[in-house]
Amino acid sequence: MQTKNIMIVGVGGQGTLLASKLLGRLLLDQGYDVKVSEVHGMSQRGGSVVTYVRYGGKVYSPVIDKGEADFIVSFELLEAARWMEFLRPDGRIITNTQQINPMPVITGAAEYPRDLAAKMAAAGAKVDAMDALALAEQAGSSKAVNLVLMGRLSQYFDLPEEAWQQAITRSVPEKFLEMNRMAFHLGRNS
Amino acid sequence: MKTLMLGNEAVARGLYEAGCAVVSSYPGTPSTEITEAIAKYPEVYAEWAPNEKVAMETAFGASLAGKRSFCGMKHVGLNVAADPLFTIAYTGVNAGMVICVADDAGMHSSQNEQDSRHYAKAAKLPMLEPADSAEGLAFAKLAYELSERFDTPVLLKMCTRVSHSQSVVETGERVEPAPVPYEKKASKYIMMPGNAKQRHPVVEQRTRDLIAYAETTSLNRIEEGSDRRIGIITSSTSYQYVKEVCGDRFPVLKLGMIWPLPEQKIKDFAATVDLLTVVEELDGFIEEHCRNLGLALAGKDYFSPVGELSQNLVAEKLGVTPDAGKALDENIPARPPVMCAGCPHRGLFYVLHKLKLTVLGDIGCYTLGAVAPLSAIDSTICMGASVSGLHGFLKAGGGEMDGKTVAVIGDSTFMHSGITGLVNIAYNESNATVIILDNSITGMTGHQQNPTTGFNLKGDPCTKIDLESLCRAVGIRRVRVVDPYDLSQCETAIKEELAAPEASVVISRRPCALLKYVKHKPPLTVNTSKCVGCKACMKIGCPAISVRDGKAGVDATLCVGCGVCEQLCKFDALQAPEEV
Repeated sequence: MQTKNIMIVGVGGQGTLLASKLLGRLLLDQGYDVKVSEVHGMSQRGGSVVTYVRYGGKVYSPVIDKGEADFIVSFELLEAARWMEFLRPDGRIITNTQQINPMPVITGAAEYPRDLAAKMAAAGAKVDAMDALALAEQAGSSKAVNLVLMGRLSQYFDLPEEAWQQAITRSVPEKFLEMNRMAFHLGRNS
Repeated sequence: MKTLMLGNEAVARGLYEAGCAVVSSYPGTPSTEITEAIAKYPEVYAEWAPNEKVAMETAFGASLAGKRSFCGMKHVGLNVAADPLFTIAYTGVNAGMVICVADDAGMHSSQNEQDSRHYAKAAKLPMLEPADSAEGLAFAKLAYELSERFDTPVLLKMCTRVSHSQSVVETGERVEPAPVPYEKKASKYIMMPGNAKQRHPVVEQRTRDLIAYAETTSLNRIEEGSDRRIGIITSSTSYQYVKEVCGDRFPVLKLGMIWPLPEQKIKDFAATVDLLTVVEELDGFIEEHCRNLGLALAGKDYFSPVGELSQNLVAEKLGVTPDAGKALDENIPARPPVMCAGCPHRGLFYVLHKLKLTVLGDIGCYTLGAVAPLSAIDSTICMGASVSGLHGFLKAGGGEMDGKTVAVIGDSTFMHSGITGLVNIAYNESNATVIILDNSITGMTGHQQNPTTGFNLKGDPCTKIDLESLCRAVGIRRVRVVDPYDLSQCETAIKEELAAPEASVVISRRPCALLKYVKHKPPLTVNTSKCVGCKACMKIGCPAISVRDGKAGVDATLCVGCGVCEQLCKFDALQAPEEV
């Protein structure tokens, strides 16, 4: 099969790495060749971060380039807009509507653009905008935004919930397992 | 078992399976996780050394003693370790020794974009270059065989995309080779001129032997293609981009051994294609070799020596037009990395900014003190350069710059190579004020222990080097400790030390706010009836603070209650919960 591309974007510290690890495990279990590319170091300090997940029969490049992403899963609204150029013409953006101001906005040097979800849709992208933070808090922690978004993403995969839950069990610490399972469930049924 | 592994973890697995017994490294993105991963295997002794030179010499000592050894570092770390590298190249090894160097094309987390392949050529050492995790594991194991067979340290060259990508590996079992007995061999291991003169021809012969190996090894393989109008020589992550774009269309010579390079194999490959094309990141290293063989080719005239390549870049140059994505027609504000909320460096940098000092900076999270609104750093070069640079700055000023200039350096960076600069300040007597930003951890690379933290790589308690005693021991009499959360204390201390007629060290001490054991206070709140919207609290560039509709606001999910902003508010509008 042709390689499929999922980008996970957000703000350093939001938990994008866990989401990519979970996806990597899940897709490997389904028998695909998988590559997951992460970013470490300086950009983790509150900067814009991106993780690439690619799967298929044989995957070569570890990164996703402009115009290639089947899905962009964004933990923050502005980051969805920043990376939109990487979306395929028929690709889908799944984005948290949470807004985190970057430093230029905080200092007043720039403005946070308004109505980004609507603008992305108007530009031709399929957009699922959701308040993942609210669902994460409902599940028990604001830090579970990643699992809520994975739940939403799972709606577009022909896989039983059990396969996802198994990958979650193997990816998160025991202590937070129930909360994360709940967050995923809420996202999947959102 | 088939599993997904980060390139760095796969290298660690390869070292483990090869029976590596001693590992000594200094953390540096993108190399850090190799050593963190191997530390999890109880059969392997692994440590963080104070710097890369010490790490490499430790690994050499272990090899000399007869055990397979390893050291890992980022590209700039190899500059620090270059001194032992060039001479271990002469002595060769006893048991196998592998040195990993991880380049950072694209400078995701580095101060330059140097191409470490030049070191292999300059030091006359073999270098293997994996293109994914499976090769990372396999090449690490093979490197030990080559090291012992050719009596040489072997370089393993990684890059950000191979180090930090997970791909599928199949793991094997650990096989521990019998230790090689140590024997005194003066002519091999004592590199004084008489002996070194005997060793140099050995090194040249070794290179000839390695070239012969390079001609036949499966590390350098030809993948056939249907269209012979172009033939591509490539390696590492560039190989992945080429295959992504071209599949099996063009023949590819995939190089897994990047030095020494084969000669006949390349000539033969070139003879079968119309246009030889070299696709490589950064410098035209393979290209130069091919040109020396008298081959015409397309290389750096097409592929930039600046930054990373990607599949789209490769596609474009090979005449395949990629599907362009559609950017949003909107002004998207940048999101540069920032100091975290509650970062202990923030308060100290605010004071340096306020006092309008010239600040020679160093390598670590605190480099972010250079960013607006703090804008408190004047230079950043390499590990330790703040301390030695300050000494030169003050000597050039002949007293003019005294009292206006300081150096800032982190605890780990100070132990790495700041201490020698401080020795120079004491010995050659400059009136310097050095500020050690002691956050009790190596922060930027993701929380590694160092000689000042009291814990080793495995997390066990160990000797804790006392910074105050160390500074005093090298001859600095004025050493004092401040809390960077207390702005007036910092300001007073720095003013006093700058005014003092001798060298001084100020230790700004508070643990990194991200450390698990650090207890956070409840977030501050804004009393909107008191807030006049003066934006004084905005001067510290805290990501938790913003001003909306003329009033300050604190993001309760980010604020850790450090209270630095509270000290800037003249109207008592920012309040800790107990004051409300």
